[in-house]
Amino acid sequence: MPSLKDLRNRIRSVRSTQKITAAMKMVAASRLRRAQEQAEAARPYAGRMERVLASLASGMAGMPGAPPLLAGTGRDDVHMLVVATSDRGLAGGFNASILREARRRIRDLDNSGKTVKILTIGRKGRDSLRRDYGRLIHDSLTEIGRRGVAFEEARDIAQRLLALYAAGEFDVATIVFNRFRSAITQIVTVQQLIPFAPSAEQAEAVRASLGGAIYEFEPSEEEILDELLPTNLAVQIYTALLENAASEQGARMTAMDNATRNAGEMIDRLTLNYNRTRQAVITKELIEIISGAEAL
Amino acid sequence: MPVEFELVTPERLVVSTPVEMVVVPGSEGNFGVLPGHAPFISTLRPGTVDIYDAARTITRRIFVGGGLAEVTPERCTVLADEAMPPEALDRAALDAELTEVEGNLPMLREQVGQAQGTDRERLAAELSRLERRQAVARAKLQVLGEIGR
Repeated sequence: MPSLKDLRNRIRSVRSTQKITAAMKMVAASRLRRAQEQAEAARPYAGRMERVLASLASGMAGMPGAPPLLAGTGRDDVHMLVVATSDRGLAGGFNASILREARRRIRDLDNSGKTVKILTIGRKGRDSLRRDYGRLIHDSLTEIGRRGVAFEEARDIAQRLLALYAAGEFDVATIVFNRFRSAITQIVTVQQLIPFAPSAEQAEAVRASLGGAIYEFEPSEEEILDELLPTNLAVQIYTALLENAASEQGARMTAMDNATRNAGEMIDRLTLNYNRTRQAVITKELIEIISGAEAL
Repeated sequence: MPVEFELVTPERLVVSTPVEMVVVPGSEGNFGVLPGHAPFISTLRPGTVDIYDAARTITRRIFVGGGLAEVTPERCTVLADEAMPPEALDRAALDAELTEVEGNLPMLREQVGQAQGTDRERLAAELSRLERRQAVARAKLQVLGEIGR
């Protein structure tokens, strides 16, 4: 049986934890709104870029001399896995779900005899994967998107990947991140970055919208593709980072909301316990006084 | 029937409006888009996108730092790396940037000439990035000259 003082201390400590989680929830909610706005603002560009690219790529895909970013290296041996996580924890299952998927992929690729290289974004991914797959980690980046994700940051990551690809360091690049559905739901998504894989129905939709007309290109189709594919890589990474940022804040908001509620329940329980104990003490004292008086 | 004009950057949708005519700085020369233009895709050089009204006067100018334009008979979509109104440009900052970039260029060119293998590719990429910055800064200064500031 804890003493009254113990209970009082416990209640006070839970209450201050609750204050922290409530504050974190509020911060996450406001950051979530900003992240969501940013993600939405970036959507038109990504969508249009994909449309243009799909129409270009469909015409080029089968042809010899297609750029390697589109056609691939012709091999499938070395996989670069970009694992996008957050720098900070206390975001519910946000990082855990990404890392679970990343681990599963690493295992699968490893079992089928492929070489895996890992590029982690975010401190949590680095710390967790370093333990099991330290030797596979090619590099890790932290502090990405600290003050809102900037396109420059995505472009830098894209440059890095492009340089490695050009140097023949890997054949296929994929990114693992959380796609934002709502504050409660985030969907772990695995997306292939290199070589670029246009969706067939998109290309079809483009052709239909033009009514059989064919684009003219200035300069040539190849030159435009050469310029567009690297930009598109940056855009894909940018989109993934934005989705991830919104997901992180959403997951944190939900987690902190639960924590605040749990703390509230715990305080209620402890308060009840405290009052009961106090009453028991008073009753005990009264009994002692009364029986003392009766004995006289 | 006007052209549906859209200007988007990776960060946001900048302009989305019907226009009578728009002149876009294509990498092989400016081109004007009127309704019914043939389907056309072109890369851009740094310069201004000029929006015209029915009286053929410029109603709005926007500086773009390169990118891509997609034209169909009904639409003109500009995907720009960056976009800003010419008034937002700052001559002093641009002069400083240009001086810095041009100061670094000769040395980098020399390094590219000497380097080997992957090092060379990295440096070449760095060089082309720097040259792009130079081109963008020059174009911005030229625009500033045009609007008389």
